[in-house]
Amino acid sequence: MKRLLLITLLLPLAAHASDTDYKLVINDHRFQTAELTIPSGTKIKLLIENQDATPEEFDSHPLNREKAIAGHSTATIYIGPLTPGRYSFTGEFHEATAQGVIVAE
Amino acid sequence: MFATAIIVFREVLEASIIIGILAAATRNIPGSKRWLTAGLLAGLVGSGVVAASTDAIGSLANGIGQEIFNAIVLGIAVLMLAWHNIWVSSHGAVLAANAKLVGRNIRDGNSECSVLLVIVGLAVLREGSETVLFLYGIAASGDGGQSSMMLGGMVGMLLGIAVGYTLYAGLLRVPMRWFFAATGVLVLLLAAGMASQAAHFLIQADLLPSLAAPLWDTSAVLPESSLPGMLLHSLIGYDSRPAGMQIVFYLTALIAIYTGMKLVARPRQATIRK
Repeated sequence: MKRLLLITLLLPLAAHASDTDYKLVINDHRFQTAELTIPSGTKIKLLIENQDATPEEFDSHPLNREKAIAGHSTATIYIGPLTPGRYSFTGEFHEATAQGVIVAE
Repeated sequence: MFATAIIVFREVLEASIIIGILAAATRNIPGSKRWLTAGLLAGLVGSGVVAASTDAIGSLANGIGQEIFNAIVLGIAVLMLAWHNIWVSSHGAVLAANAKLVGRNIRDGNSECSVLLVIVGLAVLREGSETVLFLYGIAASGDGGQSSMMLGGMVGMLLGIAVGYTLYAGLLRVPMRWFFAATGVLVLLLAAGMASQAAHFLIQADLLPSLAAPLWDTSAVLPESSLPGMLLHSLIGYDSRPAGMQIVFYLTALIAIYTGMKLVARPRQATIRK
């Protein structure tokens, strides 16, 4: 019984430990959310859904991340923990239009 | 067109530099050019396969398949470069004398050549698959301006190849007594840079902690998007905002390979002295 109580007490913690997912959508070679706000000082899981038929490469020197995303697919990427600030990213294959920034607060 | 040229240049550059250095470093090994060419062709075929499987690879292992794939490819390349450098250290005297390899050394030369094939194949595979993906996207987009972008792609590719060739031609001019030291250092730094990149992918996949991220930030002084930044990235693994774990990998590879080279070089020098 005591153990069960302990487990119940730990549940909220476990829920807290699983990172919140954030999502970016690429459509028509643009990021639909061009500015994404995330908390600073914690690691987050970012899902990037490419709704275009053509491949894209998520690329960010400030975030030190790069990942190719096939057409009509979703990529997973882990980011942070970041210090507060603005971190720009691009879709390298369509740099003229695919621009965005992650704001860590 | 200009943007396309830059993207393709960046992707081709790294493979081109690796091939340029290795082609120079193995110039005295009979048949090495043939093996390099075979590696290049295998890598090109592989690029197409990897590019076509981007979605399948990416969805493996809960969406971190691409990072694991890249880290494995880089890891194998680091081991092969280490093997190459240590092999050259143990045969340095023979190679430096510009003599043809004889007897046991020919067999050794053959295994060295298969190592070459793997390194070049992997380098081309990794960078090439992204180029194929990019060019495929242009070809498939069908919104005009494709021919000018394809032209840009060609220009970028030729420029990338030109850098590798310049490096190769420059290395061949290095006097023989410094030649193996020079190529040895270049290969050593290439391997360390790749180890750092492997760590970068494992951090991105959340399989490794970043330690400090970034450990430093020199993006204002030497951005990676600049030409010197790109060259240094390909040559010595320069990263303007590296994670602490990348530096751990970099230094570990550097020290381990250097130690290996010294260990095999010493006994040979001792026997010569007798």
